[in-house]
Amino acid sequence: MAANKASRLGEEIWKTRIDKVNAELVVLTYGTIVSQLCKDFDSDYVEVNKQLDKMGYNIGLRLIEDYLAKSNTVRRCSNFKETAEMIAKVGFKIFLNITPTIANWTNDGKQFSLILDENPFADFVELPDDGRAQDELWYSNILCGVLRGALEMVQMQVEAHFISDVLRGNDTTEMRITLIRYIDDELPPEDD
Amino acid sequence: MSYYFAILSPLDTPLFEHEFGTSKSGGDGQPRFTEQARHLNQFILHSSLDIVEELQWTNGQLYLKVIDKFFQNYISAFVTASNVKFLLLHQPTTSVPTANANANAANGAVVPNTAQAAASSRVNSTSVGANPTSPQTEEAIKNFMNEVYENYVKAIMSPFYKAPNMEIRSPIFRQRVAAAGRKYL
Repeated sequence: MAANKASRLGEEIWKTRIDKVNAELVVLTYGTIVSQLCKDFDSDYVEVNKQLDKMGYNIGLRLIEDYLAKSNTVRRCSNFKETAEMIAKVGFKIFLNITPTIANWTNDGKQFSLILDENPFADFVELPDDGRAQDELWYSNILCGVLRGALEMVQMQVEAHFISDVLRGNDTTEMRITLIRYIDDELPPEDD
Repeated sequence: MSYYFAILSPLDTPLFEHEFGTSKSGGDGQPRFTEQARHLNQFILHSSLDIVEELQWTNGQLYLKVIDKFFQNYISAFVTASNVKFLLLHQPTTSVPTANANANAANGAVVPNTAQAAASSRVNSTSVGANPTSPQTEEAIKNFMNEVYENYVKAIMSPFYKAPNMEIRSPIFRQRVAAAGRKYL
C-alpha cells in the first residue's frame, strides 16, 4: 500500500537525513514574521495573507528540490491521490515533523483537505483581539504558498487555502487543496 | 477571603489584574471587596513595590512570600527573571468575634469592616488564608504564583504580544489565572 510506504519513507528520512532545529526558534521566527507583516500593512490581514502566500510560494519553488533530493524520488506520482500521500506523509513529515490527515476528497479526485492535527507554527499564538484578525487572518498561510510553489515546479498547478484554523476558534485546522491542471511542457515565454 | 492579583511590568505599569475569592472551605470564588476597597487595593499594591525592590536582591528566590501588610491586607510577591512583578493582595475574611477566635487572633488588631463581616462565611481557622503567614498559605500562594508564571511565559510568547510593556488582554490567560486561583487558594 502506497500510504504505508510513504509513511515509512517519511519516518526514515526524518530520522536519518534531516538536520533538526529547536521548535521554539521556528515558532518565534515565524511569529515575528507574521506580526511584523501585520504591523507593516497596518493590520490589513487580507494583504498579510497574500504576502505570506507569496513568501511561501518562493520557499516552495526551492524547497521542492530539497524534497526530491532527500526523498530520492525518481518517479512521478501516478495520480493526485498519491501526490497527496507524499505531501502529507513525506513532505510535512520531513520538514515539520507532522503528518496531516488527508480527508474530504471530492469524487473527481481533484480536491482534498489536509487536516493539521498539530501545527508547529501556532504554538503559544493568540490572534490579536481587534475583532478582525479572527475572521480575516490565516496565520499559517505560508504553508499554502509552499505547496503551491512546490507543486508548480513538478508540473501541477494547484490552488491552496485554509478553510478553518484552531486559532480562530474552529475545531480543526484544515487546508483545502485543488488541482487546477497538470502543466504541459511549455516553451519559455519569449523575451520582449 | 478575597484576593486581588496584579502583574506589573519592570517600569511598574500594570499589565494585568484579576480579583477573585477563595474556593477553599466552601468559598464560592467571588471576591468580597467593597467598592471602596477595590480602588484602594491598587494603591496598597503599588505602595508595596518599594519593598519588593528592596527585597528582590536579598535572596535568590523568585517567590518573596508576604512582604507587606496594610491593616488586614497582606501582600505576597513574586518577581520573574525579567523583573516583572506578580503581586497578590490577600484579605482574610474578618471573622465575627464569637464565631472564630482563632482566626481573629491571627488577624491581629484589625478594624472590623462591617461589609466584610457580613459577607464572611464561617471559615475554618486551619484553612488556607485564615492565617496569611502560615507555611500552608505560603505554600499555596507559591504554587499559585508558579502556575501563573508558567502561563505568563506562554502568554508573552505569543507573537502578537509586544513584551514587556503591553497589557495582557488574552482571555485564555485570564481563565488560567482564575483556574490557578480556584485550584490553590
